[in-house]
Amino acid sequence: MNAKYSFKENKKAFLAGLKDGFPIGLGYFAVAFSLGVLAKEAGLSAFQGFLASALCAASAGEYVAFTLIAANASYLEMAIATFVANARYLLMSCALSQKADPKMPFIHRPLSAMYVTDELFGISIAREGFFNPWYHYGGSLTAVPLWAIGTAAGVIAGNILPVSVVSALSVALYGMFMAVFIPPAKKDKVIAGLVVVSFLLSYIASILPVISNIAEGTRTIILTVIIAGAAAILFPRKDEEEVNANG
Amino acid sequence: MDKNIYIYILIMGAVSYLIRAIPMTLLRKPIKNRFVKSFLYYVPYVTLAVMTFPAIINATGTPISGILALIVGIVTAAIGFNLIKVAVSCCVTVFIAELIITYLI
Repeated sequence: MNAKYSFKENKKAFLAGLKDGFPIGLGYFAVAFSLGVLAKEAGLSAFQGFLASALCAASAGEYVAFTLIAANASYLEMAIATFVANARYLLMSCALSQKADPKMPFIHRPLSAMYVTDELFGISIAREGFFNPWYHYGGSLTAVPLWAIGTAAGVIAGNILPVSVVSALSVALYGMFMAVFIPPAKKDKVIAGLVVVSFLLSYIASILPVISNIAEGTRTIILTVIIAGAAAILFPRKDEEEVNANG
Repeated sequence: MDKNIYIYILIMGAVSYLIRAIPMTLLRKPIKNRFVKSFLYYVPYVTLAVMTFPAIINATGTPISGILALIVGIVTAAIGFNLIKVAVSCCVTVFIAELIITYLI
């Protein structure tokens, strides 16, 4: 029996996930709160807002979806828009599948896929070694309920939190992102360069006419494919590097 | 014709789930192709960097507090703060910066 799968190790990973999920949940709560305000405008009840967030756990995806509900769009439009707004999760899920131990029990694949969100993906992929589903469950268990409750709270209580608190909470997510990509950028010059290029192109895309009109989620996937694709051609990784980077 | 909100939610949830579950359940063997492996290795860093900037500057009450949060986040992450500490440092930065801006300017 491999020590990696012992109950003790899984419990440790689960608890670490619960802890790391907390700052994510904090940021989620603030973002979900403002999303809840939008859900209310679209005609959703607090329970419906809670349910949508618990099932989707996708900021951009839900944002687009609530706008469509408000516009009484067709079900087909809803399906297509949800797909486009969430397409980056397809890439993230591909990346995560490669980090999973081939010997991991199959059930963990459909289960852990449920909450491959930007942030939970970020902390799971950043951990050394194989993907640990228990770490992912721990993170999901603190972060996703806060996301769903935040949405319901937004529906019920519109503007109760002071603006200054909402403003401060809203950067928790980005702080978390930075904690994921800055440490490897320090060790690897290619990643450092990619971060700079990503910042630059993302900024340019946000101010250019026409391109800036494309929804944020779509811009993210287009830029990700272009930048990561170019990097894979220019700086293909050797197998030894993979071993070093992933512990 | 009025649509049912629960059917909307069901579609949102089903599409969101399938996007995440299909690669995770179907890609069960390690990918051998060097380009694909490199591409997938770079994806998370690129996508998180793209989502961070310039969004962090527009997320806060004023762009200045967002820029300060960005700087504090990069510095604290670089010196090895964990996830919680980096996130809290950014939040506190924005809160204090906006307090100062509100009362002094």
